[in-house]
Amino acid sequence: MADGNGGLRLSERIGEMATRVRGGSVWESMFRPGSPLKKGYSDTPRNRSYVIMNSVLYHLHPVKVKRHGVRLSYTLCLGGLSFFLFILLTITGIFLMFYYRPTAEAAYLDVEALSTSVAFGSLVRNMHRWGAHLMVLTVFLHMSRVFYHGAYKPPREFNWVIGVMLLLLTLLLSFTGYLLPWDQLALWAVTVGTNMGGFTPIFGPGVKFALLGGIEVTGNTLLRFYVLHVLFLPFIIVIFMAVHFWRVRKDGGISGPL
Amino acid sequence: MVDIPEHLLLRSAEAKAKALGVPVEQVLAEMRGEALPPSASTTPSETPEVSTPDDSETSAGEEPAVEADVVAIGDVAEPEVQADAQAVEPDVVEQPLAAVATTGDAGPDVANSQPPASGGDSPLAATVSPRPVAQPEAVPEGVRTQRLLTVVKARAIQQVKSSPADKVNTWPHLMIAEFTALLVMTGFLIILSVILQAPLLELANFNATPNPSKAPWYFLGLQELLSYYDPQIAGVIVPGISGLIGFMAIPYIDRNPSTKPSDRKFAILLFTFFLAGSATLTMLGVLFRGPGFNFTYPWADGIWFDDLKDWVYFE
Ligand code: HEM
Repeated sequence: MADGNGGLRLSERIGEMATRVRGGSVWESMFRPGSPLKKGYSDTPRNRSYVIMNSVLYHLHPVKVKRHGVRLSYTLCLGGLSFFLFILLTITGIFLMFYYRPTAEAAYLDVEALSTSVAFGSLVRNMHRWGAHLMVLTVFLHMSRVFYHGAYKPPREFNWVIGVMLLLLTLLLSFTGYLLPWDQLALWAVTVGTNMGGFTPIFGPGVKFALLGGIEVTGNTLLRFYVLHVLFLPFIIVIFMAVHFWRVRKDGGISGPL
Repeated sequence: MVDIPEHLLLRSAEAKAKALGVPVEQVLAEMRGEALPPSASTTPSETPEVSTPDDSETSAGEEPAVEADVVAIGDVAEPEVQADAQAVEPDVVEQPLAAVATTGDAGPDVANSQPPASGGDSPLAATVSPRPVAQPEAVPEGVRTQRLLTVVKARAIQQVKSSPADKVNTWPHLMIAEFTALLVMTGFLIILSVILQAPLLELANFNATPNPSKAPWYFLGLQELLSYYDPQIAGVIVPGISGLIGFMAIPYIDRNPSTKPSDRKFAILLFTFFLAGSATLTMLGVLFRGPGFNFTYPWADGIWFDDLKDWVYFE
């Protein structure tokens, strides 16, 4: 497979090109000092700090963390997994939005068509649905983990409060999404759910009316739940997550070993 | 005047000594207002304000920053005269011609005066003198006067009590764990989604109420409770008060500072009770509720749980 062109193999030519790109000024401008993707990265303690400190990751993580916090057995990564699931749900959800119209006439047919005649449609829909159930589970388990560690104690009291808001928002996201396939399961589960909320005296019926856009589930409700599900609630939960993660760091990182 | 902490004094004395090229002890002594050792032989022309032993001003020894006033004299009428490079001290009071008249004691020190380095082309002379005891009453316009008022001890806005902790680098130790968790979770979800088909029942029909009608599983525990109690009570107390406000209030109710499990048996007991209770209620709702939301045995009567309808065939 040799020569023809200066006697270089194809693999060598690719390797040479890669070296030239990595040494070029465009590549150079893309990564800040200390990035493992930069030319000439070496695994030094200084670069290990730079990987975090000089990248967008610094918004989430400090350069160093407590040793016990890294052990999987401490957090079980449950908070992190909740966040990952949220990201996966956002990605798969955007995919679903391409094929879905939130009207009483179209919604069911769109979901049906998605599962049968769109490439990977069924898989992505399944991922979105099971991912949502899983997220409710991981958030709940994360809360339990935090409780058993007493990690809500000062100075982390308020982060627990933010966490409860996150749990509520997670449930609302899941619940509003539940209606969207517009099948019998969706309709009646949401009817039962909103009826339970409606039992709450004084503000219960009002909240129920506002949520449903009427006294019972209709096409209006579908549009309302759709907007809440794809726009309003994700927007709010992202803000709360940002504050939540920020507080984890500002409150001195992960809580101490037991 | 606040006492200047010893280490600050030392630091400024060192800086000054370095700038002037004289021993630190000498500067320090001068700053403290002690008499200078007579052996201090620096070239007087170089460092005028250090070498004047008559310096009565240094009795106010706490002011290392304000040493001398530089009075610029010239026949130019403009008040903004640049202080020249001879002014060793950064804190320099520039005074225009008009102010010189009021500072009568500027005269004796003229011997120490030096023509400014830039003075070759202008008839300027800088007088370096100890700061006059009597400041001119009115500071002329365009004149910047500076003096050390007080020393504020540095203190952070946030009181960070950092005790040495056993720490590791986030990269690679934490990032690798997180990345692995991300991959495992994604893999798990994809496999799950290939195996389990999400349900899609018949088109929504307002006239055909399924029997039983069940809420999504995470609300089934609540639905279970509602089936026991007056909905007015369960509807308020369970989700509204205990569910949300109560949960948010946990850190403010639990005032026990310890996180050791052995110290918080009661809290752990309560929470475990809550977990077991909600798990039990949810399982009851999922598995043991049939038509009319009546109690059924899943092994005898089947399961009514449509979320897993296409996966588990019960009936
Ligand atoms: C969308 C939901 C949530 C996400 C994405 C999330 C994410 C996280 C993450 C990534 C951490 C770092 C430690 C860990 O992974 O365990 C954390 C810590 C924490 N979370 Fe959450 N969380 C959520 C919901 C909650 C809920 C429901 C609560 C409690 C009611 C809560 C309370 C806390 C507290 C107190 C900490 C500090 C724990 C410590 O320092 O050990 N979070 N969260």
